[in-house]
Amino acid sequence: MQTLAGTLAAPDTLRVLTCGSVDDGKSTLIGRLLYDSKLLLQDQIADLERDSRRHGTTGGDIDFALLVDGLEAEREQGITIDVAWRFFATPRRRFIIADTPGHEQYTRNMATGASTAELAILLVDAEKGLSRQTRRHALICSLMGIKQVVLAVNKMDLVGYDEAVFEKIAADFAAFAERTRIESVTPIPLSAREGDNVTGPSPRLSWWKGPALLPFLEEAPSAPGLVETPLRFPVQWVCRPDHTFRGYAGTISSGRIAVGDEVVVAASGKKSRVTAIDIGENSLEEAVAGQSIMLRLADEVDIARGDVLVPAENRPEVTDQIAAHLVWMAEEPLLPGRPYWLKAANRMVSAQVSELKHHLSVDTLEETAGKVLELNEIGFANLSLAHPIAFDPYGENRETGGFILIDRFTHSTVAAGMVDFSLRRAANIHWQSLDVDRNARARLKNQKPTVLWFTGLSGAGKSTVANWVEKKLYAAGRHTITLDGDNVRHGLNRDLGFTDADRVENIRRVAETAKLMTDAGLIVLVSFISPFRSERQMARQLMMEGEFVEVFVDTPLDIAEKRDPKGLYAKARAGQLKNFTGIDSPYQVPENAEITVDTTSASPEELADEIIAYLRQKGRLS
Amino acid sequence: MSANLSHLDRLEAESLHIFREVAAECRNPVMLYSIGKDSSVMLHLARKAFHPAPPPFPLLHVDTTWKFRDMYAFRNRMAAEAGMELIVHVNQEGVAAGLNPFDHGANYTRVMKTEGLKQALDRHHFDAAFGGARRDEEKSRAKERIFSFRSKSHGWDPRNQRPEIWRLYNTLIHEGESMRVFPLSNWTELDIWTYIERENIPLVPLYFAAERPVVKRDDQWIMVDDDRMRLMPGEVPQQRLIRFRTLGCYPLTGAVESSATTLAEVVMETMGATQSERGGRAIDREASASMERKKREGYF
Repeated sequence: MQTLAGTLAAPDTLRVLTCGSVDDGKSTLIGRLLYDSKLLLQDQIADLERDSRRHGTTGGDIDFALLVDGLEAEREQGITIDVAWRFFATPRRRFIIADTPGHEQYTRNMATGASTAELAILLVDAEKGLSRQTRRHALICSLMGIKQVVLAVNKMDLVGYDEAVFEKIAADFAAFAERTRIESVTPIPLSAREGDNVTGPSPRLSWWKGPALLPFLEEAPSAPGLVETPLRFPVQWVCRPDHTFRGYAGTISSGRIAVGDEVVVAASGKKSRVTAIDIGENSLEEAVAGQSIMLRLADEVDIARGDVLVPAENRPEVTDQIAAHLVWMAEEPLLPGRPYWLKAANRMVSAQVSELKHHLSVDTLEETAGKVLELNEIGFANLSLAHPIAFDPYGENRETGGFILIDRFTHSTVAAGMVDFSLRRAANIHWQSLDVDRNARARLKNQKPTVLWFTGLSGAGKSTVANWVEKKLYAAGRHTITLDGDNVRHGLNRDLGFTDADRVENIRRVAETAKLMTDAGLIVLVSFISPFRSERQMARQLMMEGEFVEVFVDTPLDIAEKRDPKGLYAKARAGQLKNFTGIDSPYQVPENAEITVDTTSASPEELADEIIAYLRQKGRLS
Repeated sequence: MSANLSHLDRLEAESLHIFREVAAECRNPVMLYSIGKDSSVMLHLARKAFHPAPPPFPLLHVDTTWKFRDMYAFRNRMAAEAGMELIVHVNQEGVAAGLNPFDHGANYTRVMKTEGLKQALDRHHFDAAFGGARRDEEKSRAKERIFSFRSKSHGWDPRNQRPEIWRLYNTLIHEGESMRVFPLSNWTELDIWTYIERENIPLVPLYFAAERPVVKRDDQWIMVDDDRMRLMPGEVPQQRLIRFRTLGCYPLTGAVESSATTLAEVVMETMGATQSERGGRAIDREASASMERKKREGYF
């Protein structure tokens, strides 16, 4: 018997994004589409009429934008802040529409909608022509892998339905799109407010021989799925209810998998064979891209969340060095060298941008240089990961080539990344295995290598306390070295200034140096303002467990400023010194320092004794 | 098998993925279970996602004490069948204050549902809570992420939601913060019904038409479910052939007159409906943005 679900199933689903600049009429267009397709229910229409009288911007008429702009702030300001997801079906096709904001401030929400769309409706205001935001959105669509764009030239009513206006905009956009990865552009003139050319042809646009919007969307080809792409199965969750069952749950990113197939774990190369594929209680012979399954294998292979099962003959790159495009989504700029979390297909690793190669200008598509990436900017960068993971180039596989970056402290999602290629360097630089290792060196010195990381404001007393600690360690026969901020800036770091980006690089180099010195078996005293938590965290992670001891030299700004041993505060206050910590550059107080010392209530020597006592108590000093 | 997965297959796959992602990344998740059809679908999907293991989280019912009697019976049966722990939370402060749906309207809902929910989440230190909300239900729902970040006070900030790109969900939170997770975000009411039919998912009988005692109030049929129902002067319960499209607290949930006693008939009726699903919930109609306000305060 045929089920209702079968009878009712529309042929297929098209995932559509609407984008373009603010006030170009995106929300109005969607409202109009729903209304004219008779897809609204009576109470929704009644609400819309009531809301239009209260909040509408269209005189007495229905304001279709209010159908989708449902947030209070959106109504107050008459703008779209976040993506609205709308589902509708015509007899021909089912649609999922992501209505995204035009405001530059909310570009991240536009990218959210673009990441899963197959086709973009890019709106342009016929009166205004292409804007910077139109181009930015086209570029993001292109980077996100959307190949089909409908250029909806809206508000034709405001330009007297003039064909020449439309042709000019269509030609301008074609010239821009030619230089992106967008493959097909279909310009359509329309008026969302008046309903011209939305669901059917309009006599006021009688010169237009092409399709109206809705009929075009019903016919537009779907983006090819990933079924014909090689198998990628990132393991999401390992199911072990008891000792008799071991299943690997996950969503198939691409390709197909059948019982009996041989698979390998991408990272380790270990092989096995598929013995069962299940969805709930149902067993399948074969499953394809997009399905969420539970897989069982013939062998007890060591497989964990984040491992990717692939065919032996067609493996992804497993790499810790990648080159990728980034869309930056945070107020705080991207700083090369700063560690972020990178999340990709069930894996989360620490990663940093090792080199920002260029910015991509949204106006000219030109590549320009820059040290940081600001909010809504698009850049191309090399990234270095703490552990290798399996990637495909985004152009070949949208599922295994995309990643996000997450700020380690605020936990905001700060970037969308698209892998262009893996850097061969990862495969070509191998660790040199040395016979005399760090343990051997430390044993010879009869000590535990330790990093004492002194952080605090300029003038807090870091170097004074560190100096006392080193004198006492030296007297006790310990092998030490001090890395002092000022001294290192005379040599190793003399090419660096005091911008946020340079400060991050400053700390990165010092942390690496300190690490090498712990390999040499030394007790390393680092005395650096090191104002950002992220970089102190990065330094901490370079060291072994327990080896990193953060010492917060906690001196209030007013006292440090009063001391002003180098006269720097006076200069900063006088405006002669830019980016000075505590004055016009932030200092982030440590949240979990091992030791906090108060220079206002004890002498530097007493504080040094406190620190040494701590090291003894923790077994770092015998 | 065909490369073209059906629409329901895709929705199901997405939901299973979401369940597993939470189980893999969150410390102490819980599933909000409100006994309605969406909850029933959600529970079914949760069981599928982890089969043959039971879902690795408990069920939480924030009970206003005014649900239909049929709902309580059904709730207890389903939890036992799924092999899941069932936590029932009642906001005792609201009970002590004598709040009820007749006299206290929106305030009753806020205290018994929103505040009750926050109490329960705080008491058990849940860091992620699954909810059955769908984007097609309401305008502010349409704007919500699948993984919806909530502050320490459970507030939702619609202006500052995390971008949700591809299938990569950012689940990182600080102590005290939490996520609301909506595995049914992309389902419509019709999808829910067709999936219930396809998977043969059990439902509370109130979704199907039967003769039930009702009174007409504010242009809605309200069922007289127990002797706590307060009748207005002149109101006399009458037997009517009715069913419910949505289930909440019985004095606040309007029934529709219907003869649909099978799933097929219910689906056909749903398709032909001229009112949206939540048109029957008095509580949603107070102001255009009332759902958004409730969500900012911590409602689902």
